[in-house]
Amino acid sequence: MAVLVIADHDNASLKDSTQKTVTAAKALSGDVDVLVAGQGVDAVAAEAAKIEGVRKVLVAESDALGKQIAEAVTAAVLPLAANYDAILIPATASGKNYAPRIAAKLDVAPISEIIEVVSPDTFVRPIYAGNALETVQSSDAKKVITVRATAFKAAGEGGSAAIEKVDAGAGAPKTRFVSDEIVKSDRPELAAAKIVVSGGRAMGSAEEFQRVIEPLADKLGAAVGASRAAVDAGYAPNDYQVGQTGKVVAPQLYVAIGISGAIQHLAGMKDSKVIVAINKDADAPIFQVADYGLVADYKTAVPELMDALTAAGR
Amino acid sequence: MKVLVPVKRVIDSNVKARVKPDQTGVDLANVKMSMNPFCEIAVEEAVRMKEKGVADEIVAVSIGPVQAQETIRTALAMGADRGVLIQTDTDVEPLEVAKLLKAVIEQEAPGLVLMGKQAIDGDNNAVGQMLAALLDWPQATFASKVEVSGQTVKVTREVDGGLQTLELDLPAVVTADLRLNEPRYASLPNIMKAKKKPIDVKAPADYGVDVAGHLKVLKVTEPPKRTAGVKVENAAELVAKLKTEAGVL
Ligand SMILES: Cc1cc2nc3c(=O)[nH]c(=O)nc-3n(C[C@H](O)[C@H](O)[C@H](O)COP(=O)(O)OP(=O)(O)OC[C@H]3O[C@@H](n4cnc5c(N)ncnc54)[C@H](O)[C@@H]3O)c2cc1C
Ligand SMILES: Nc1ncnc2c1ncn2[C@@H]1O[C@H](COP(=O)(O)O)[C@@H](O)[C@H]1O
Repeated sequence: MAVLVIADHDNASLKDSTQKTVTAAKALSGDVDVLVAGQGVDAVAAEAAKIEGVRKVLVAESDALGKQIAEAVTAAVLPLAANYDAILIPATASGKNYAPRIAAKLDVAPISEIIEVVSPDTFVRPIYAGNALETVQSSDAKKVITVRATAFKAAGEGGSAAIEKVDAGAGAPKTRFVSDEIVKSDRPELAAAKIVVSGGRAMGSAEEFQRVIEPLADKLGAAVGASRAAVDAGYAPNDYQVGQTGKVVAPQLYVAIGISGAIQHLAGMKDSKVIVAINKDADAPIFQVADYGLVADYKTAVPELMDALTAAGR
Repeated sequence: MKVLVPVKRVIDSNVKARVKPDQTGVDLANVKMSMNPFCEIAVEEAVRMKEKGVADEIVAVSIGPVQAQETIRTALAMGADRGVLIQTDTDVEPLEVAKLLKAVIEQEAPGLVLMGKQAIDGDNNAVGQMLAALLDWPQATFASKVEVSGQTVKVTREVDGGLQTLELDLPAVVTADLRLNEPRYASLPNIMKAKKKPIDVKAPADYGVDVAGHLKVLKVTEPPKRTAGVKVENAAELVAKLKTEAGVL
């Protein structure tokens, strides 16, 4: 049995959801290859080759792959599929976009966002916003699976896999890339950060969100997240959304400020190691999952928290 | 242009799902059910296209139990023109849903399929992509803006680092994200009018699709419970606890 992992990257560097997906893949098989599909991805392929336990790294390059267009990724993967019993893909926005397309072309049932490998054909995945965990057994000979990265430890370094070019496939003849607006940030990436500070509707404006949340995140070396309400209102960019239908995070420390703790928000952060909530409503549901709750107006609590952190040497 | 909108009946998004004690699934008896919120957004987008003269007919399709008629009625009350219910009590998996939708689309020949990115019960996020694959149509998932012009559609998508805009040849499949629009509430007169709009009732066998599926649910369990911790008095106490007790600073 062999497994293909499709790497998560931005053409410049490998994202650690790849190493985490490799760990899930190793629970299926000892023969794990990684496909880097992109454009100008030499550095990414070199990083992937260093992942411990990877047999070889396949590289497919084209403009359409550089933009992660689903049709193009599918066309690159299909000719390789015959060599593998399972294809594992990090459950990022990009992976979720093409994984089901690959599965449908192979006539298999995709298995979304697994959090555990029970056996090579049985997996656990959250459903209903994480309020239930489903154990499913697949009867497909070939499996297409997306992996919730936060549920697996990253595979270590120390490998030296061979790198091999493969055909890029037919591209995406019916789809044209127009433009993108990628938010550049020096902060750690939300999905991989050790600390996340998130703001909610209570911020009231984009200016206030920046004034309150960002300095605190900077002080903690944290990534910034947001509730849907804050994103919908334009206080924070869309890719900050944490939750059932946004990003799933599981940092060492999650700080929720002015967030009520709706089911859909909890789905994205309740596996964090330590949760802190600052909310002026003592009955806010967020306190039911918070390890440390501070019932206070953030307007006074956050400056005090900044001072206390300074005093503690942060 | 004809627009086809697949809509799913799911647990209402305000209800917390509870696992059945026998671990066979989630308890849906006497639970409020609604149209999947992402499908509502897709219907709204289709109705706006019709209002702008871009679309001339909207067909809402649902696969589910007899009660899924209500979900189609909701779409009709929002402005869809007619419905197709593929009635089955089986919990149809995404691959078979996509195969059934493909069969409907081959009969209906829409110029665009607008659907939700994800159903909030199974959280699969799969049917749109699978449908596009089976039809060999282009796809644009997680849409926050959709503009049809002539034979193409321009879609802004919510991606990992921000936004991506693609232009697809029609026909195409587009899946809606939260920020595409804010769905309307159907007015009472429109709810009344919707009662007279036609719904075709079919069975999976009418389309020659076997809905047995490839996945077997062995059990459904409750996730580990997180319990409430302590309330701290002030920021200084919080920092002290995070440092010494939790060890995360
Ligand atoms: C289909 C669907 C998908 C969804 N997906 C997501 C998702 O992925 N992620 C997500 O987050 N949500 C999601 N939601 C939305 C979710 O249901 C909630 O509406 C949302 O999380 C609420 O955001 P909030 O907590 O910021 O706002 P609110 O619920 O309005 O809470 C604001 C909180 O701030 C507190 N507050 C106000 N002023 C202050 C102050 N001065 N100081 C301190 N506290 C203050 C209030 O007490 C309140 O608790 C989804 C909903 C649906 C229907
Ligand atoms: N049983 C169904 N009937 C109609 N449409 C469905 C059904 N299941 C899924 N869909 C459509 O597919 C979208 C994504 O669902 P899923 O891939 O199951 O998360 C939904 O928002 C619907 O538009």
